[in-house]
Amino acid sequence: MNPELSGILVSFAITLLIGIPLGKYLAKMFAGEKVWTDFMKPIENGIYKLSGISPNQPMDWKQFLKAMMVINSLWLVYGFFVLMYQDKLPLNPDGNPGMTPDLAFNTIISFVANCNLQHYSGETGATYLIQHFIFMFLQFTSAATGIACAVAVFKALRDKTTADVGNFWVYFVKSITRLLLPLSVVVALILTFNGTPASYAGKDKFISLQGDTVNVSRGPAAQFIAIKHLGTNGGGWFGANSAHPLENPNYVTNITEVVAQMIVPMAMILAFGYFIRRKKLGWVIFGVMAVGMFMLMIPTISSELGGNPAIAKMGVSQATGAMEGKEVRIGPMATAYWSTLTTIVSTGSVNGMHDSTMPLTGLWQLLGMMINSFFGGCGVGILNYLIYLIIAVFISGLMVGRTPEFMGHKVEAREVKIAALITLLSPFLILAGTAISSYVFNNYGSANWAVKPSSWLNNPGYHGFSEMLYENTSANANNGSGFEGLGDNNIFWNVITGLEILIGRFLPIIGPVAIAGLLAKKKFVPESAGTLKIDTVTFGIMTFAVIMVLNALSYFPALALGPIAEYFSMLK
Amino acid sequence: MSNRSNKLFEPALVQTALKESFIKLNPKTMMRNPVMFTVEIGTAVMLYVTVYSFTHAGQGSFAYNCWIFAILLLTLLFANFAEAIAEARGKAQADSLRKTREDTPANVVLEDGSIVTRSSNQLLKGDVFICETGDTIPTDGEIIEGLATIDESAITGESAPVIREAGGDKSSVTGGTKVLSDRIKVVVTTQPGESFLDKMIALVEGAARQKTPNEIALTILLASFTLVFIIVCVTLKPFADYANTPITIAALISLFVCLIPTTIGGLLSAIGIAGMDRALRANVITKSGKAVETAGDIDVLLLDKTGTITIGNRKATRFYPAEGVSEDELVKACVLASLADETPEGKSIIELAQQGNTRISSTAPDGSEFIKFTAETRASGINTPDGKRIRKGAFDAIRNLTINAGNQFDTAIEDRVKAISSNGGTPLVVSQNEKVIGVIELQDIIKPGIAERFERLRKMGIKTVMVTGDNPLTAKFIADKAGVDDFIAEARPEDKMKYIKHEQAAGKLVAMMGDGTNDAPALAQADVGVAMNSGTQAAKEAGNMVDLDNDPTKLIEIVEIGKQLLITRGTLTTFSIANDVAKYFAIVPALFIASIPALQSINIMHLHSPESAILSAVIFNAIIIPMLIPLALKGVEYKPIGASALLRRNLLIYGIGGVIAPFIGIKLIDLLIAYFI
Repeated sequence: MNPELSGILVSFAITLLIGIPLGKYLAKMFAGEKVWTDFMKPIENGIYKLSGISPNQPMDWKQFLKAMMVINSLWLVYGFFVLMYQDKLPLNPDGNPGMTPDLAFNTIISFVANCNLQHYSGETGATYLIQHFIFMFLQFTSAATGIACAVAVFKALRDKTTADVGNFWVYFVKSITRLLLPLSVVVALILTFNGTPASYAGKDKFISLQGDTVNVSRGPAAQFIAIKHLGTNGGGWFGANSAHPLENPNYVTNITEVVAQMIVPMAMILAFGYFIRRKKLGWVIFGVMAVGMFMLMIPTISSELGGNPAIAKMGVSQATGAMEGKEVRIGPMATAYWSTLTTIVSTGSVNGMHDSTMPLTGLWQLLGMMINSFFGGCGVGILNYLIYLIIAVFISGLMVGRTPEFMGHKVEAREVKIAALITLLSPFLILAGTAISSYVFNNYGSANWAVKPSSWLNNPGYHGFSEMLYENTSANANNGSGFEGLGDNNIFWNVITGLEILIGRFLPIIGPVAIAGLLAKKKFVPESAGTLKIDTVTFGIMTFAVIMVLNALSYFPALALGPIAEYFSMLK
Repeated sequence: MSNRSNKLFEPALVQTALKESFIKLNPKTMMRNPVMFTVEIGTAVMLYVTVYSFTHAGQGSFAYNCWIFAILLLTLLFANFAEAIAEARGKAQADSLRKTREDTPANVVLEDGSIVTRSSNQLLKGDVFICETGDTIPTDGEIIEGLATIDESAITGESAPVIREAGGDKSSVTGGTKVLSDRIKVVVTTQPGESFLDKMIALVEGAARQKTPNEIALTILLASFTLVFIIVCVTLKPFADYANTPITIAALISLFVCLIPTTIGGLLSAIGIAGMDRALRANVITKSGKAVETAGDIDVLLLDKTGTITIGNRKATRFYPAEGVSEDELVKACVLASLADETPEGKSIIELAQQGNTRISSTAPDGSEFIKFTAETRASGINTPDGKRIRKGAFDAIRNLTINAGNQFDTAIEDRVKAISSNGGTPLVVSQNEKVIGVIELQDIIKPGIAERFERLRKMGIKTVMVTGDNPLTAKFIADKAGVDDFIAEARPEDKMKYIKHEQAAGKLVAMMGDGTNDAPALAQADVGVAMNSGTQAAKEAGNMVDLDNDPTKLIEIVEIGKQLLITRGTLTTFSIANDVAKYFAIVPALFIASIPALQSINIMHLHSPESAILSAVIFNAIIIPMLIPLALKGVEYKPIGASALLRRNLLIYGIGGVIAPFIGIKLIDLLIAYFI
């Protein structure tokens, strides 16, 4: 078999082999059943005692969200100041400067929100202290925040009628001690043994064959890269992210990293089914997401392997596919595979340059982020899916002649209102953000910012439009990958994407938790023969249709002006 | 109903509705419907653009803008027409009921006993009037004295006269019905203009119509879709500027109106009104739109056995004398005990006796004392002057009677009772001087076709419960034979209440039908309580619907009407949203083709020109509304094939169909337009 193809098949097989049992384990662990990681209990109890948390205290959905928001705001505020004054703090062997306020604003939001949209470059923009104790710390906590909120939804939907969605601190701490931390240790060790640096030493130096002196940035990167993927964060230690030979030295690390970013999102979907004791529902959702994933992945792979038509016109053979922006040691197929996964699960790490991918690949990448719930980020993927599910339940409930019900609770105006608001939010942020960017580009080209709007875009025309659309989409989806080619470290992009990330992160978490909390308080209605069953293939198709239609309708004109126009123009 | 009309578009109604469609353009009215309100704003902007383009260049030709404006206005009028025709039909239906009671003279009894004649619309609540043979009853009321046969055909369409009498559960009379014999004294129960019918008419008319919770939720969803499309269209302007493509306001507004769910937005209120109208056509007056909707969600249906599951009443079919008692002796005792028994069962005992050879005396000996049936004794009978105390009644009532008197209760009788019960009959045990002398067998006759109706209900996911005064054995036999899921035997009114509360505690929605005053609490407790029009005022006040036909199986129809209502909303929403796919493929290439020729590739319908593409899309968007009015009014058919199968079916027809239909429609319109341009 084609070795490139077998490479991604092996990656996918390993993902399933780890993801499925991990899902069962997560369901048991969060339900408080006996699991093998119970040896962590003394450590957790120590943390509770130290922080004055009473782990058995029940929380209603409002208290739960309050706890979540308070702790995240705290990190946001102190992180902002630490970033601005990083040059005055220790662990800065390369002498990197402090961040400008707008960059610090964007960066801290980006890491608190699990987005990791980096408008700085790791080598020159952040000290080891920041990378380790702010960024890496937040990579753990932001993933744990998403997971904890998802578990609250699980609990609300499992218990027939309850006000208690569980204790935020317990879910949060357990997400770290029993999931993210142990897995990170394993992944970091694999990376270290394959050559990713893990020391605190400053830049290394060598003299090339040409006689030039080359400085090589390094630092304790392996640990960072482990959680960057496991927590679907995606922020690279180095500017070039996982395309950098020290972040992703060889094919083994490539598989490790691409597997690491998928297992938690995948496991969370199955954990949902197991936790609420509707195993079948978990698998139906899994199926819908997998179909969506392949729908984006297969054309991506085929368009990358097909090569660039513009180059083909010149009579240049492209036997290995489109190689611009790809790493030779990884190849176009593994890069296409990675680019699909990283955009659907909101990791946003890259092992090749998305800006250089074919126009249609760009389309699928954008669509993956717009949908943002084909597996989706740690915990938040299932939360995003829940919104689509509520809308699907509502419309199909009507279609079968019954007031819509979800998990034994009537879906009424209040829940629909929240779901509608969240559905509205993404098109609003993405389209309004892109509209403002276009407007500024068109009308204020010479504004006196760090990068002038007229020189924002690396490419003119449709591709330039895609660059702006991509940046806004990535921010809203908390993905963090960049189309690059966009001059984004200036006050405009820092502020606008900072706000998009912040709103695009927390409202879509608050919404589903509120819906689940409201539903759980309602009277439980047992299923009857007239109830629409949601763990069927039919309903899966319905949800899939809702996802596709809503996104296609929201973004078709924008996509037509970006990647679609570029694609057809290229063919001419 | 005498002049029930099945035609959807009566010329007279269409005329009223046409006029109303213009009146409804008033922004204040339009604001109730956010989707159509945004269309109105768009139309107003188009009007301005049209006038502007008459003198200025740059916004397309005057004629083209005129066309767009006209089509948008038409879209609004079509939507208003849908609502207006639904209202007109509902009103016409209610009016034909109301007409029957206009200006009837009423003989009002004053406090001093004198009688004056007044017009019916001057009657106040609490007034008392008298009706005699041949009179038309002036207004709704309750009989306080007398008994009469009444022709209710004006209301129910049923020609057989019915008996209404003071006291008991059949004391209500309806305005517009006619007294055929005898004389009754009636107290008025409603203020003028506040009868159920008046309330219903108000519900159909715009003012008092409140959106149901479900309608509100759907409106929110539709409003949010509208907002998404506002965002899409507003942001398109800077996008187009980036791409150096000027977009005319006409094109932007056309895109917007095509995308927002105008089809469902325009038909939404018509669907709701049509639901109430369909209920009215089934001769059911609903007190709120919500009740119809709730009916579609019913999980449990409580049905009285008599009249619903079985035909009328039980009949005596056989006498079983006890040991040592001759059949003749038993029959004579039974006849004596039944002479004063006016119940159909009592009468059937005498009929059965007369069929036999025994000579029957049809009068009781002088000085006899009749014992009436009461709920406590659960037995009736006679005490004759010669000292015979004959009782007939329920098995356990008679057994207690004999055992309390110190007499043995024959085990053979007990076996006989069980045998009759398990055979679906009702045993009536007869005692003389506290000794059992035999058993009368009463049999029920199950209505033909009822088992199929229950099967249909089961497929809908509705549990049917039979309520009967019979003993558990008899009840079980009939329940099995008729195919109901559960039964309440030996039911007292409070048992119904208990059952309803129990089911509701488990999260179920319960519907029941009732007529008596003692049904009133249960009717009020049930989620859908249907009172029979013949029932007492208390029952009618307690329920949320009134059935003019007094037909106990009506509940089944009501449930289907409720389901149809929701299904129609759901399927048309799906259809409306699915339509957008094709509209995008028509309009988006049209917008950009001038500056980005490559986008011709997504003009997959090969529409003639950008102008014709946009015109075709808006025209399709407009005419789909009147095309779907019949569906909105009649409702999408409900099929009890299970929820998942139904979803598949409707998704296929209205989802996939909704994607394909506009591709065909827009292409056809474009071909037509291309012919003229």
